[in-house]
Amino acid sequence: MDKIQIYSIIGSSLFLLFIFRLIRRRELKEEYSLLWLFVASIFLILSVFRSGLEWFADLVGIHYAPAALLLILLVGVVAILIHYSKIISKLSEQNKILIQEIALLKLKISEQKNGRENE
Amino acid sequence: MRVCVIVPAYNEQGNIASTLQDIRNANKDFVIAVINDGSTDCTAKVASKEGIAKVISLPCNLGIGGAVQTGFKYANENNFDIAIQFDGDGQHIAAEIQKLLEPLLQCEADAVIGSRFLHKNQQGFRSTFMRRIGIKIFEIICRVFIRKRISDCTSGFRAYNKKAIEMLASNYPTDFPEPEAIILLGKNHFRIKEVAVEMRERIHGKSSIGGLKSAYYMIKVILAMSMAKSRAQLKTREENG
Repeated sequence: MDKIQIYSIIGSSLFLLFIFRLIRRRELKEEYSLLWLFVASIFLILSVFRSGLEWFADLVGIHYAPAALLLILLVGVVAILIHYSKIISKLSEQNKILIQEIALLKLKISEQKNGRENE
Repeated sequence: MRVCVIVPAYNEQGNIASTLQDIRNANKDFVIAVINDGSTDCTAKVASKEGIAKVISLPCNLGIGGAVQTGFKYANENNFDIAIQFDGDGQHIAAEIQKLLEPLLQCEADAVIGSRFLHKNQQGFRSTFMRRIGIKIFEIICRVFIRKRISDCTSGFRAYNKKAIEMLASNYPTDFPEPEAIILLGKNHFRIKEVAVEMRERIHGKSSIGGLKSAYYMIKVILAMSMAKSRAQLKTREENG
């Protein structure tokens, strides 16, 4: 076993454990952690089975196997970022609706108050 | 016929009082709803001072789209027959509202847009050269997408009937909503009509769009218009059962 393989196994295991810990402490919701777990697992699998990376590189026609690693990393990160943009868009829509409803309710309450005072 | 005038206002303390007085003078029966879009100045205070307007204060700044949509929600909840969209910055002239109402009262249209460019040599403020080019581009896009000539896509001086209010209360674009709303309405078979109106140049404060922002504005709006065109038609209530 190479040095680099030991390091990468340790690295990806720690990363995976770190994600699990965040979920257990409720600092990360399960539905937002799935992509992270998926990416981390792929890295762990590729560090344990080194031939897997060469097999994948061969499959997509990349001559230099480590470049395939970068590709996988990039695809994973882009997927997570798009996922985040989606969540942000949803949140900002919900936020907008909340702001509007609060403003309408505030007017309703102040009108009721004024109505009661005038009675 | 109950008419609600929706006046979006963001930091308009210098303009809002005269705008409201202008609307009041045009017709005493209009209910005026000022949407104070998280202003940091005294807009809310000035607007509620005379008691002529209902002031709906958004706790945060949402931008013009979110503010106007709040007005539609208010009009929808309170069963208004017609909603007028009227800018709080003094650009629009309240005496022209009657022209917008006419096609709605005659049942000729569901949405009426006040245009500065409908006829050649129209009176009043007609914006800068660069902006007119932008507006021309939107006109072409509208013609392609919904096969209608809309000469002033960016105009925020509009009138909507009940059917349109109901739809817009739950589906109104956020960022720079005016051109996109036209596609949304056209795509869903609302009848749109333009009438020629006069506008003023704003007196206090600065316009929200200029410089580099205008390039962003054009790209964003064109993207939004294309997306609005490519989206599926909204389901009406009857279809939902």
